[in-house]
Amino acid sequence: MSTQDLRTNILAKNDTLAEALRGRYRESGVQVSNWVSSPGTGKTELLTELLRESRRQGTIGAALVGDCATDNDARRLAESGAPVRQIETESMCHLEADMIASHLDGWDLSELDFLVIENVGNLVCPSAYDLGEGTRVALLSVTEGEDKPVKYPQLFHSADTVVITKIDLAEAVEWDRASALSAIGSVNPNATVIETSARSGQGVRELLTNLLAESAVSKTPEYQEAP
Amino acid sequence: MHELSVAHAIVSTVVTALPESPEPRGRITSVRVAVGALSGVVPQALEFAYDVAAEGTPLADAALRIEGMPVVIDCPACGHQELSGTTDFHCPSCGELCGNVVGGKELQVLDVTFDDIPARAS
Repeated sequence: MSTQDLRTNILAKNDTLAEALRGRYRESGVQVSNWVSSPGTGKTELLTELLRESRRQGTIGAALVGDCATDNDARRLAESGAPVRQIETESMCHLEADMIASHLDGWDLSELDFLVIENVGNLVCPSAYDLGEGTRVALLSVTEGEDKPVKYPQLFHSADTVVITKIDLAEAVEWDRASALSAIGSVNPNATVIETSARSGQGVRELLTNLLAESAVSKTPEYQEAP
Repeated sequence: MHELSVAHAIVSTVVTALPESPEPRGRITSVRVAVGALSGVVPQALEFAYDVAAEGTPLADAALRIEGMPVVIDCPACGHQELSGTTDFHCPSCGELCGNVVGGKELQVLDVTFDDIPARAS
């Protein structure tokens, strides 16, 4: 018997593509975030509000949205007036870097200030796949329970920013804020936490500022209408 | 259930690396992979998916050996410390919360083992 050493990352192909995307984002000066959460957290609703707010502020945002099937989310998001594309994964439980690359065709990234990639609603699988993003955002709604971060530590650990959604329902569902913050802190002491409500607009500006934080490149303030 | 994608990636990683092997070394009997506790991969699901992914490939008869890798933090006061799980990032030595993770995200093919019995020429 003999053994051959390989020491190769299993997802090396995805990692290489993600690194190329990262270079492309950097060159274009676009801030890219990858949003991950369970289905029903309110990603699409919050993202719609975020894109509306960015339009008011004169910054240019776009979204790529992943779902197993249908373009319902892309149609909802397009109501904000921002450029949006749907990635239908055909039952695949997460987005991979090559899907992002193929869906960016024809978009001039240098015209954008930020791009949001809304991943497939899933708290397990997307954590392993780098999409070249600068910021990973994990979302948690107050209706899901305060201990979600410790139940899915891999995903919440991988996030730069943790967004709490539906905060307008906090009282109705007896949301224990301190216990949620403690759960987030115990798996990810470095995360920035932002509390939001798509309904009242709470936290939307703060989130936009957070996503644009690395932006050093100024852009033309003219807005691109969705096709 | 992305373990099937990961299993296919293990097979293609090994198959791609094989032509570089200098001489015929017979059948692959096992492939050893490192799976970190924070990698997002469930070992049992990966084992199940691997059997499906390996079918009809040079890995069809090769056993998958999974080395589970613990989370390791680099505590400013105590240096590298291994954690017993994935839900509590307090340093087991001094009790301080520490987010500087240096191990536990591995997802790697470590090596393959051959039986060294050259295939009979047909």
